[in-house]
Amino acid sequence: MNAILNPGVTRRSVLAGTGALVLSFSMRGALAQEAQVKPGDESSNFQPQVEAAPELPGSLAKTPKLDAWIRVAADGKVTVFTGKAELGQGIKTALMQVAAEELEVPFETLTLVTPDTGLTPNEGYTAGSHSMQDSGTAIRNAAAQVREILIGQAALRLGVPAEQLHAEKGAVAGPDGKRIGYGALVADDLLNVDAQPTSKLKSPDSFTEMGTPRQRVDIPGKVTGGQAYVQDMRLDGMLHGRVVRPPSPGAKLVKFDDAAAKAMPGVVQVVRNGSFIGVLAEKEWQAIKAMRVLSLGAGWEEHASLPDIAKLPEVLKGMTTKDGIVKDAQKPVQGVRSVEASYTRPYQVHGSIGPSCAVAQVKDGVTTVWTHTQGVFPDQGAIAEMLGQPVEKVRCIHVEGSGCYGHNGADDSAADAALLAQVAAGRPVRVQWMREQEHAWEPFSPGMVTKVHAQLDASGNIVDWNYELWSNNHSTRPGSAGALLPAQYLEKPFQPDEQELKISPEGNGDRNSVPLYAFPSQHVVWHWIKDMPLRASALRGLGAYMNVFTIETFMDQLALEAGADPVEYRLRHLQDERARAVVSLAAEKFGWQANQKAPRDHGYGFAFARYKNLAAYCAVAMEVEVERDTGRVRLIRGAAAVDTGEIANPDGVRNQVEGGIIQAASWALYEGVTFNDTRVTSVDWSTYPILRFDALPGQLDVHLIPRPGTKFLGAGECGQGPGGAAVGNAVFNAIGARLYDLPLSRERIKAAIGA
Amino acid sequence: MVALTINGEAHQVGAEPDTPLLYVLRDDLKMNGAKYGCGLGQCGACTVMVDGEAVFSCVTPVLLLEGREITTVEGLGTVEKPGPMQQAFIEEQAAQCGYCIAGMMMRAQSLLQKNPNASDAEIRAHMEPNLCRCGTHMRIMRAIHRAAELMRSGAGTGAARVTGERGS
Repeated sequence: MNAILNPGVTRRSVLAGTGALVLSFSMRGALAQEAQVKPGDESSNFQPQVEAAPELPGSLAKTPKLDAWIRVAADGKVTVFTGKAELGQGIKTALMQVAAEELEVPFETLTLVTPDTGLTPNEGYTAGSHSMQDSGTAIRNAAAQVREILIGQAALRLGVPAEQLHAEKGAVAGPDGKRIGYGALVADDLLNVDAQPTSKLKSPDSFTEMGTPRQRVDIPGKVTGGQAYVQDMRLDGMLHGRVVRPPSPGAKLVKFDDAAAKAMPGVVQVVRNGSFIGVLAEKEWQAIKAMRVLSLGAGWEEHASLPDIAKLPEVLKGMTTKDGIVKDAQKPVQGVRSVEASYTRPYQVHGSIGPSCAVAQVKDGVTTVWTHTQGVFPDQGAIAEMLGQPVEKVRCIHVEGSGCYGHNGADDSAADAALLAQVAAGRPVRVQWMREQEHAWEPFSPGMVTKVHAQLDASGNIVDWNYELWSNNHSTRPGSAGALLPAQYLEKPFQPDEQELKISPEGNGDRNSVPLYAFPSQHVVWHWIKDMPLRASALRGLGAYMNVFTIETFMDQLALEAGADPVEYRLRHLQDERARAVVSLAAEKFGWQANQKAPRDHGYGFAFARYKNLAAYCAVAMEVEVERDTGRVRLIRGAAAVDTGEIANPDGVRNQVEGGIIQAASWALYEGVTFNDTRVTSVDWSTYPILRFDALPGQLDVHLIPRPGTKFLGAGECGQGPGGAAVGNAVFNAIGARLYDLPLSRERIKAAIGA
Repeated sequence: MVALTINGEAHQVGAEPDTPLLYVLRDDLKMNGAKYGCGLGQCGACTVMVDGEAVFSCVTPVLLLEGREITTVEGLGTVEKPGPMQQAFIEEQAAQCGYCIAGMMMRAQSLLQKNPNASDAEIRAHMEPNLCRCGTHMRIMRAIHRAAELMRSGAGTGAARVTGERGS
């Protein structure tokens, strides 16, 4: 017997009259291990985590009580709690599908409460494609266990063995049409028990909810002008705040004149604290105008602290402070040929369409912040530290914002709002960043350099693989108050957290730097750069995008070197069956044929990766067209295959992967932060162009390989690496010249063609 | 005071005349549809229709809009009775974060109500000014084609009659 909630046990407990509560405690006591420290990952901001109950699945390990996840009211209404935030990835809908499935309650009747430091479990950051595996797994197991507890209660009431009962539509039903609603079965602290290590999960062949496409719960409101975002919040008496940011990183305010701004209509308050300037006004446009006037009256001492953008790769390589060995499996091998290449990538922005925004209010000594942060709990701590208040005096509540794709200005704008709320006499304060603030001040995805050296044997097979990458850490999330932008500019400034090199299973800058291919000899080193020439943090995929771009475009080059077809060449080096399956399926659906020649000025490209080498598998085939005169690239058609383990909402997975591929194409073709020696100069959409409708493919199909009964692997970021690399390979195939520097801009393509 | 006609309704708004329409919609009239994205007319998140044409509400001062017919996404229908454009975006699940979507719908509406037979190339060219960062473009294109179908067949339950055609 391995299932604590095995019907037999439940029945015995019921017959013995002990109830599930007592049974759960006693059994858990027998099985529970000591609290364990789990190595950090992206959702814990790479900090080691103490798990109260490490034997429990998903986030139950950290938050084991069932009623932390699921509560049933006396009227039968079920509320589900998650610590993972809706970021536009559709997680709300997927988690509700999971809960509805295992609880046997109609989807429409569920209420889902999303991250709130006052209400929900602490699941760290919503990052790293962790939501399904952490929260989805916790909710699924908690739901199954609650269902079995309720069946146990019904067995007791009805005096029939639990085996004769089943759950359906929010009730337990038995023979002779007997039926008791969930609401009548819950009492007192029935669900205030620790979860058990094993749950009686439903078999995938009995699923009615999971694995079936479901329309997202948030879309109708979003397409009809409903209040959907923190940007849409309008609390009674709310003021509008704006912040005057310095003109350049590290600039110091040396001249300040707020007389003109204070005299402007609607202006309620001007705040200056060190080099932090904020304004509060009755109306939003008044706040913006006052911000501009304040900006004119401010004088700054600036420093030429930024690196030479023309020599960025050399600058980065010259800054190395420590080496981390990511993979040390070098063996003496004898190749007959060596190939080497080095690649570069600039800094990139997240580029949310809606600049970051937050609302904050001080009431009864507690600062409540409504924020689109990915981590309400870490922000609560950092904001409390910034305000010099105990953590319980700050509450952070997640409200959706514009898609963030990682650590953008969300946390910083939450800190801005929290600071301004302190002087607002109890009135709520809404702060939204301006476009140029978002572009210049969000933490960038760091510039990177990679270098790979491979040896091939006489058959062209790769026998030795030597890979190096130069990069900062890709995560500087809070953390301490020093991770918050405004806190760095206060009279008593907070310092950014000290950066450390950590080699973790999921990777950081080194994410996906180890190829999944079976090479006999491999060596991978992260030349870790401690200092950050520009403030940098997490963008969707962290180092995976650049590492996969490098590995997969280099694989293409090696395939050519070996006279092999790129797809066959990958399969030749891939042993993982699930990896082989996505590669084969994407190739088949695309109509990939060895030695097939694309039409003139067109190119075909293929790429594959398993995200983090332990999450979803994704392969992408892409056709592009290159306009020779201008160097302009258009995507023509694409096909992707994805294995993301168990799937809750297939359409949600498709939406994420389609989006990931298109976004990665934009990164690969257009994007790079620009700066001079002092200031960031890419401050809007004309100086930082992204993909527009004219570059879109006519077709982009995402084919799913369902794996019922396996673990959730997460889907949010698996498309980024293969998406960008497939575009890179297709561009090469179209123009016959390989580009090693991202982005694959029109200028670089024209230069490569010699047009 | 500025007199504005929005979604067929007359409003008197006490905003300073240089205020861009976006802030009047969001702040004075408490409407959520039009979004602040850039304030520069570069992204289209704020797109509304004025006399049937797509305009960037973030750079259009209200003083220019007296006597004009303004339509926002709220004017296309409701959750209960979505218009064809809204119904199409729901059917195609054409949103990820959705922040750009109201602007996308308004720009598409301005094309389709003039030409419900617009070709794929015409739709793409027309949608060029609007940015989406989630990469939802494929679904947005599908939704616009679907909306055109719904408009051609007279389907869609909501307030399909919009600015410029209101006439009577």
